[in-house]
Amino acid sequence: MVATLIPPIEMDVIYERPTALSPVHTHYCPGCTHGIAHRLLAECLDELGLREQTVLIAPVGCSVFIYNYFEVDSCVAPHGRAPAVATGVKRVLPDRIVVTYQGDGDLVSIGAGEVLHAAARGERITTVFINNAVYGMTGGQMAPTTLPGQKTTSSPAGRDIRMTGNPIRMSEVIAQLGGAVYVVRRSLHDVANIRKAKKAILTALKVQMAGLGFSLVELLSTCPTNWGMSPPEAMEWVERHMVPVFPLGDFKVTDAVKDL
Amino acid sequence: MARELMKGNIAIAEAAVRAGLQAYFGYPITPQTELLEYLSQRMVELGRIFLQAESEIAAINMVYGAASTGVRVMTSSSSPGISLMQEGFSYLAGAQLPCVVVDVMRGGPGLGNILPSQGDYFQVTRSAGHGDFHPIVLAPASVQEAIDFTVLAFDLAEQYRHLVMVVADGQIGQMMEPAELPSMREVQTVGPDWALTGARGRPKRLISSIYMLGEEGEAFNRQVQARLQLIKSREQRCFEYQTEDAELLVIGYGTAGRIAYTAVEAARAAGLKVGLLRPQTLWPFPEERISTLSDSIRACLVVEMNAGQMIDDVRLAIGGQVPVDFYGRMGGVVPMPDDILAAIEETYARMTVRVRA
Ligand SMILES: Cc1ncc(C[n+]2csc(CCOP(=O)(O)OP(=O)(O)O)c2C)c(N)n1
Ligand code: SF4
Repeated sequence: MVATLIPPIEMDVIYERPTALSPVHTHYCPGCTHGIAHRLLAECLDELGLREQTVLIAPVGCSVFIYNYFEVDSCVAPHGRAPAVATGVKRVLPDRIVVTYQGDGDLVSIGAGEVLHAAARGERITTVFINNAVYGMTGGQMAPTTLPGQKTTSSPAGRDIRMTGNPIRMSEVIAQLGGAVYVVRRSLHDVANIRKAKKAILTALKVQMAGLGFSLVELLSTCPTNWGMSPPEAMEWVERHMVPVFPLGDFKVTDAVKDL
Repeated sequence: MARELMKGNIAIAEAAVRAGLQAYFGYPITPQTELLEYLSQRMVELGRIFLQAESEIAAINMVYGAASTGVRVMTSSSSPGISLMQEGFSYLAGAQLPCVVVDVMRGGPGLGNILPSQGDYFQVTRSAGHGDFHPIVLAPASVQEAIDFTVLAFDLAEQYRHLVMVVADGQIGQMMEPAELPSMREVQTVGPDWALTGARGRPKRLISSIYMLGEEGEAFNRQVQARLQLIKSREQRCFEYQTEDAELLVIGYGTAGRIAYTAVEAARAAGLKVGLLRPQTLWPFPEERISTLSDSIRACLVVEMNAGQMIDDVRLAIGGQVPVDFYGRMGGVVPMPDDILAAIEETYARMTVRVRA
């Protein structure tokens, strides 16, 4: 009753759920940046009017349930195979937008072959690559992206690079391939970087709309749960420890992409 | 349409095209490669999709993606490649996607050789991937059957939303025979109501094989099992020759079954009461017919180009009613009719002695 006594105020809408995002709670841990990445991707799909023509390929990893959070058609790929599944979809439906969303275990380890070849073929798909330096879903084991000396549940004494090698900078590798036309690394650890990340996803989708080739946006992300940190500590850890090993930047932006 | 002289692999490829194949993904491996090579030209000519994948794992996952869009899709390989595809088979089964897989079997285990073999029987009927499922498995014994079964495979795949395999041995893939191709079918333009096409003006769709709760997983598995049961009750197929009054039943499929036919003919000419049953479906196995025949026969001889794999299914179908003998060649050796005839005579003699005793 009280509410009716207050006169209505003219208000601007400054925040809305993107229509591409489902009105549900996610299962992600507090402070996990998967949620931020989802939001950015959904905003980009909305802004480009792509929701109804997108097919999203889910990975195996913490984001396997991404189909619950997006109002788009989705297909769950086997671990690492999202780029091959996306290839199958895109070849049949060349005028649809096909996006894979993959973690670092999925993309750099078990699925290294599939993503390299999809990129080399110049598949007109977009990959959002979440690099959180561990295998999140299985409980924080060492990934190919784990930093030297980083403690994980399968490198309890810290990653020993003499035994397990150095972190793979996958974006830099993919940028070498002819079919890849837009390959960049961004980070989600603060607002300024989140804004840059969104711009990159937007560009990557435009690259696909223009049919220019393979586009990939790597996002440095957090896994506070498996890193054993609070969300703010995790954000800081990305900036302090991950960025030096995985420098932010544009590794491939072809002239055609610059002209977009 | 007139009969033409055709190589098995090419005949399968062209039959698939005529059955409305819209997308093919594959990886070279002998003795299957001509199939891929042929389609690399033919599909492109027709404006359809052909892509050589970087591995069999990628190929089957491309198939999974393309199948998600509701089109007619196929891959082909040979034994080692089929082993690599098992991950994809399981996901296809879990997501209830129709697709056709051709396996032109070669000698194993390991790299083995490129000679004809039937060493994949267990792999395709029993262990085509993790979880509880069987693909439908069709086993041609001639180029004509390879054509007919390829067309049938697409229809069964769609009818049951299931993985269908056409399993030929290297002999069928490589030999040339006169055969007749079907006429060209229209490619479908309207997809099924589960196909991923972008959620334009309709609720979103999902292709997945995740069932997080035990109860959910069991309910889904029940549904799969019910479908497999239905397939089992309807789709058992076999070819029979002289089985009505047979006392010894020879059972073999594919090339082994075909050579056994010649041996059975010779045995009949020598006055032995021998018949042949050649399974055309390996899953579902024609157990009903074999079980019925086991009431009238006195012995059975299984002939395979392996160490004895289908024999397990024969024993299950016969249920211990009569003795089951085995003649097999391995590692890429194809038996000669005389070899099988000798095995028939041996089993026949033992059977007769047993009856006298
Ligand atoms: C073939 C196969 N091997 C292993 C697994 C187990 N598994 C599930 S998720 C995962 C790692 C995922 O890590 P990542 O891709 O980094 O994603 P995150 O969970 O960190 O988001 C593994 C190894 C699996 N599901 N399938
Ligand atoms: S385990 Fe890590 S990656 Fe997974 S939801 Fe939790 S914080 Fe995110």
